[in-house]
Amino acid sequence: MLNNVQEITVDRLVGEAALIKGRGCRFVTITCTDLGDVHDLIYHFDDQGELRHLRLKLPHGAPLPSLSGVFFAALIIENEIQDLFGITVTGLAIDYQGRFILAEAAPRAPFNRLGGMGVDVRVRPADAAVAATAEPATGGAR
Amino acid sequence: MEAQATSAFPTRRTTIPFGPQHPVLPEPLQLRLVLEDERVVEALPAIGYCHRGLEKIAEKKDFLQDVYLVERICGICSFMHSLNYCLGIEELMKIEVPTRASYLRVIWAELHRMHSHLLFLGLIADAFGFENLFMQFWRVRERILEVMEKTAGARIMLSVCSVGGVRRDIDDGQKAEILRVVDQVERDLESLLPTMFDDYTVGQRLRGVGVLPADKAHELGAVGPTARGSGIAMDHRLSIGYAAYGELGGVTPVTEATGDCYGRIIVRARELHQSADLIRKAVQRLPGGVVSVPVKGNPDGEVIARMEQPRGELIFYIKGNGTRNLERFRVRTPTFANIAPLLHMLPGCQLADVPVIILSIDPCISCTER
Repeated sequence: MLNNVQEITVDRLVGEAALIKGRGCRFVTITCTDLGDVHDLIYHFDDQGELRHLRLKLPHGAPLPSLSGVFFAALIIENEIQDLFGITVTGLAIDYQGRFILAEAAPRAPFNRLGGMGVDVRVRPADAAVAATAEPATGGAR
Repeated sequence: MEAQATSAFPTRRTTIPFGPQHPVLPEPLQLRLVLEDERVVEALPAIGYCHRGLEKIAEKKDFLQDVYLVERICGICSFMHSLNYCLGIEELMKIEVPTRASYLRVIWAELHRMHSHLLFLGLIADAFGFENLFMQFWRVRERILEVMEKTAGARIMLSVCSVGGVRRDIDDGQKAEILRVVDQVERDLESLLPTMFDDYTVGQRLRGVGVLPADKAHELGAVGPTARGSGIAMDHRLSIGYAAYGELGGVTPVTEATGDCYGRIIVRARELHQSADLIRKAVQRLPGGVVSVPVKGNPDGEVIARMEQPRGELIFYIKGNGTRNLERFRVRTPTFANIAPLLHMLPGCQLADVPVIILSIDPCISCTER
């Protein structure tokens, strides 16, 4: 289970990270999940062998301040998140502008739940409504 | 012209692409190197040549099928990925794994560590131009691959780990074979490692090259032998004690204080003996009983699974939603964490040392791009 989770807002992110660094914690990584209307961002830190997490809900389209000024190592995963989820990360130490891990011709934000190249096999409410009103298939046995 | 006015021998900056195809790189990685004459002043990584979107694919598969998908994140430490995934799902679903299965997991995990480290020692020897040493390390590695085939039915992709335990058991004959091979490998290492430790030319290529001080290693998030080679005593086999490591004990992190390429290599070489000891202990103490339990239900909730892979700390974030499909599966591999420390090692080095420094973190691009 996920323990030691602290919910924060985007304006407190960099300040909290600086405090965590001041306590001697190691930056581990960031996990981003698209929840539909918001991105769920979890920042993972190692505190003397124990994991601590900052959790942030970021609305779609909102910019995300970079932690690379505090933890330089964050720039790698932040560039990846910028590519895969289409989040604009501001203040990156090195900004690959959405072409860190994706090729020139790759679709934008392929890890977002809707849109991009993803054909989501899980049934979405809209799909379920269409399926319920559709006529049953006729013809040969399948 | 301005530079010529201030110096008789002006220094010009040149940017060269190192990779993605390069003789020392088994996988595609590019570093854009900014040079002043032959000295590196800056390095920028460029990845994405083999990104597979594996995290997204995992969401489309049944969580039990994902064991085999996850195993294919890496072609070297494949068993470690399946083990970490199973540990995470088992924690999420509160599955108690049989003790015998935990011991078998340690045996296969340490065999994997040994073959991974031997592969690395061969590759680094090849990178600094000692081809005979490369061939000898890989010859020894074959013994490990053969014993994995004899016990698990495959040389690399073992596919023996499953949610709830393992899919194969080993008998007394296989136990004896494992012990025989581990003893033989250690005897082989007795004749090989002194060359790596003490040879003058090896030392000249590795000592004082690509130095990463302990404070920088911590600040930049280095993990595994890269961190331990800088004197950081971090090993999750000890700190977490997953599978049967907690019961077996005796995992003291192997560290070297030099922080250079030599230190990172010596850590891996010494860890071979540590793995051999762990395998012997696990085989000798292997308890009886079943090797797996049935799995009922679907994962729900979120969990972080982490373990010590040959290259360092491996982290999976797994989020279930009560269905057969996972809501999110996220992978942070050790090479991904060691890219930022690598960018610190390179400035100041000679161009000729770049291949050795890159290989000293034992990069796995397949893992990194997953």
